Amino acid sequence: MKNNIQKTALKSILALFLACTYSCSDEITERNEQFHALNPTNIDALAGTWKTFLLTAPDEFSLDLPLATNTPAFTREINEIKSYQNNISADQKRIVKYWSAGGVLRWNEIMRTLVARHNRPPYQNEDGTYSAPSGANPFANPQFPFSNPPYAARAYAYVSAAQYDAMVATWYYKKLYNRAAPFTVDATIQVLIPKSSMPSYPSEDGVLSGVTVELLKLLFPTEIAYIDGKAEEQKLYRILSGANVRSDVESGIILGRKIVAKFITRAGADGAGAAIGNQALWTQLETQTAATGETPWLSLDLPARPPMLPLFGKVKSFLMTPAMVTANRPVAPPSTKSQQFAKELAEVKSYGNNPSRKNMEIVSFWADGVGTYTPPGHWNAIASELFVDQNYSEVRWARNMALLNIAMMDAAISCWDAKYTYFNPRPSQIDPSIKTRTGVPNFPSYVSGHSTFSGAACVVLSHIIPAKAQSFINMAKEASDSRMFGCIHYRSDCEKGLELGEKVGGFAVKRALTDGAE
Amino acid sequence: MKKFYLSCLLFAPVLMSAQTEIDGIMMSKNNFCVGSIYQYSSWNQYWEGSFKRENLNLGTVSTQSFGIMGNYGITDKLNILFNLPYVETKASAGTMEGQKGMQDLSVTVKYMPLEKTTGNATYSLYALGSFSTPVSNYSADYLPLSIGLQSKTAALRLMGDFQLGNFFSTLSGAYVKRTNINIDRNAYLTSEIHYTNEVNMPDVISVNFRTGYRSSRLIAEFVIDNWVTQSGGFDITTNNMPFPSNTMNALKYGVNSKYTFKKIPQLSLLGGYNYVVEGRNVGKSNTFYGGLFYVINFEKKNNQDEK
Repeated sequence: MKNNIQKTALKSILALFLACTYSCSDEITERNEQFHALNPTNIDALAGTWKTFLLTAPDEFSLDLPLATNTPAFTREINEIKSYQNNISADQKRIVKYWSAGGVLRWNEIMRTLVARHNRPPYQNEDGTYSAPSGANPFANPQFPFSNPPYAARAYAYVSAAQYDAMVATWYYKKLYNRAAPFTVDATIQVLIPKSSMPSYPSEDGVLSGVTVELLKLLFPTEIAYIDGKAEEQKLYRILSGANVRSDVESGIILGRKIVAKFITRAGADGAGAAIGNQALWTQLETQTAATGETPWLSLDLPARPPMLPLFGKVKSFLMTPAMVTANRPVAPPSTKSQQFAKELAEVKSYGNNPSRKNMEIVSFWADGVGTYTPPGHWNAIASELFVDQNYSEVRWARNMALLNIAMMDAAISCWDAKYTYFNPRPSQIDPSIKTRTGVPNFPSYVSGHSTFSGAACVVLSHIIPAKAQSFINMAKEASDSRMFGCIHYRSDCEKGLELGEKVGGFAVKRALTDGAE
Repeated sequence: MKKFYLSCLLFAPVLMSAQTEIDGIMMSKNNFCVGSIYQYSSWNQYWEGSFKRENLNLGTVSTQSFGIMGNYGITDKLNILFNLPYVETKASAGTMEGQKGMQDLSVTVKYMPLEKTTGNATYSLYALGSFSTPVSNYSADYLPLSIGLQSKTAALRLMGDFQLGNFFSTLSGAYVKRTNINIDRNAYLTSEIHYTNEVNMPDVISVNFRTGYRSSRLIAEFVIDNWVTQSGGFDITTNNMPFPSNTMNALKYGVNSKYTFKKIPQLSLLGGYNYVVEGRNVGKSNTFYGGLFYVINFEKKNNQDEK
């Protein structure tokens, strides 16, 4: 009988282990795998007239006349589609499914990955100093870029603005040349994605690829092989799916490259390259703050790190003049010697003393720190998932992402302007007994970057999808609060940051009302 | 017969969760061994991938744990064991707040299907099935200061033990299946960003070898333990934060000892030390532990089962 118990035991151990092993499926469903194919409710046929950011006119850059659809050359392009479709592989089907959700969306996602991969502060040198990442020598240590929140906000804005201008030009030329889609010319072609009634020359995906690839090469130079791989997929997708012939796509890429040159030139002269400052400036920030009788900010990183991008407040905005940045600057934070400050410091400390699991969850959910797509990336993710359900055309996708990201770049500019005007200390600098629940960012406290980004995003998104306004307000408030719960910001930082963001977002909303899209 | 009246657990703390009862010793039928262990583990260097570094923003990261554990002999050949630790972490420098709380409950069924004695030598074979589950909602995504990884695990270990006189060797290998976990954010980067709060945890293979002196009063052994993450993990990149599904490998050397009191043979004292020799995405930790165990015999008749 004893023997039986033991045999049963051995069998049970095995059975339980196997049951556990097989019942616990590792399959994970990711939200962005669920996106349906782009099928706009409104094709925005007149988008060729919408107001652009840098292009002086939609036809500022020329596009060659397309091949006529009754030529043998065009027929060969049709045959190319059929030949691809005859031998379509599982991987090619995956490519079609992935890209069919939309080029603006997928490039935005790719960019969020690039930002997250490079959002890492440089590792110190032997002597405790730090080298700056250099665009001229991107593979050196540290690699270029360090895609911190201001860098990321600007990167998202440039890509989105360039994509938008390029989509307006695309819509203009589509209407001008009015070349029929391959499936209209030859009804025997299968179309693997929803058919668009817009003319197909140039291909919006081709133009998007031309624009985005060139900008990403500038912004993430160590990732060119990865970026090229994605661009090849996108190109193949249009032909495979029967939506475009090769000349639609390739002319689009050429047009995109012409347009993006204007954005690349602007990026080279917008002041971001000089935003890092130098030792003289870092010292000056400290002494000028001390001269006012206030406690200047000190890096809490070990070894101490120079402040992050102190001149980012001087970067040239798409919608604000330098005078507007100054005019919007928040009032000074409570003096570190004031009663108000003592009260706010005590509040921060109380969050540290009594961390509820819910608060910790909020801190972690919105932290968006090292190794993530940053707060602007988080808002891009939020916006994208909602935009998918709105069934926008590519041009409207581009327009809405541009408004959002330009507002968040302005938030970065305005927030950094305030941070380096006041150069005030973090709670843990004043009271080292305050332990934090997330990393302390390496820049002054007032105002909170998360709050400014979130205020701006909230205002723009509420304008675009008014039905969701309350949820945007709640999210922005929670993102803002998360910095207090994490013990890295005072209440003033958060409240004034949200206000500043809302003001800044107002400029993008004002533009939205007059760009011809509403 | 290699049977010990007082055979409690010798303990091999493995990474985050100290759990495995991987010695070639069984509790006798109806004996219940219960005790607790205090453990202190710390590191001031760690590996980002294969890059060994220190981090002045963390200083020394320490983990203290206090575990309650027990081992009950259902029969002489079938034991059931449990372990429940309370864990507290701390960084000596920087601003990050440490964490504390009850970690994971593990239950192990240990079965000895074979034991053969020829002359002075005894061979035995074992199968161990272990299951662990978190008992509190601690955050796994707070490395290196989280108190655990939140994954439920199932491990199957096969073990062989050979004893010649008072000298022995034990070799065992386990496959540890780990379930997906949920984290507080809804997107995270591995090589690309994943838009979900669910994280796939790579499985682990653990190999353990121990050898030394073993009698009914004293055990002193040298241990080598190798914990190797299987496919699906990834490395921490330079100056990045660690993540629960990182590849975490550790080769450890250590010593364990246990002393059973002559006057009070129900009571034993144990302690040990181990350190990480080579690792990947883990701290180069030094671990000390010590504990006390007591055996209660539920058998009516008091059969002296000593060797």
